[in-house]
Amino acid sequence: MASALINVPPKAKRGDIIEIKTLMSHIMETGYRHTASGELVPRDIITSFICRFNGSEIFRADLFPAIAANPFITFFTTVTESGKFEFEWTGDQGFSDTASASITVE
Amino acid sequence: MQQPPHSSRRQFLGLAGGVAVLGAVPIVTISPAEATPAMLASAIQQVTGGAAVKTGKVKLDIPPLVENGNTVPMTVSVNHPMAPEDHVRSIHVFNEKNPQPNIANFHLGPHNGRAQVSTRIRLADSQKIVAIAKLSDGSFWSVSVDVVVTLAACTEDVI
Repeated sequence: MASALINVPPKAKRGDIIEIKTLMSHIMETGYRHTASGELVPRDIITSFICRFNGSEIFRADLFPAIAANPFITFFTTVTESGKFEFEWTGDQGFSDTASASITVE
Repeated sequence: MQQPPHSSRRQFLGLAGGVAVLGAVPIVTISPAEATPAMLASAIQQVTGGAAVKTGKVKLDIPPLVENGNTVPMTVSVNHPMAPEDHVRSIHVFNEKNPQPNIANFHLGPHNGRAQVSTRIRLADSQKIVAIAKLSDGSFWSVSVDVVVTLAACTEDVI
């Protein structure tokens, strides 16, 4: 999807620790802001981010309104085999988006 | 015909009243349900379940002086091995004065290799940020960092 940016090295050696960077385009409306007419803007945030490698979960984050707009999350993982990373974001108002990236392990 | 002194006094009073109203309105609309140190303590309590939290092992990289609280880069790392029998289970980040005490929870495992996560956060005020790591042996380690924020986030009016 165009709304997600993923940075995973295309190749790695077996046993390497690699860094994965993810950015999802999202307003992350806190639910604490008011419009000029005094109405509360309803909360609209991503509440959960999950990364799976070849189907098994390797990283999960619970997000709160204190996460800045367009959530940027980086983390590390050890690679032992070639495969596919799948990323999933879910949030308020039925928001759900996915992305994936492959890695070749030598 | 109006007398000049009278009219200027009236104008002055009107202006002063207007300024007072203008000054009062933002205070009313901005007043958020601010998290208190007690809320911070109870949020930490929910994670730890009352277990003792030791200081150390955790490192929180965040600028000590933040110009714009809307996006503050932050890196949490835990100086601990990530072996299957002894690793970091989760990292929890809290704040003292945003409307909510929680910032994020990160769930890790031995396959992560390195207990380090980065993200960008919002800060509504100059305050204390607390990061807590839960290890696989059930112990908790924490660090707290004071941050000065010049432009607050979270509760400003939508333009």
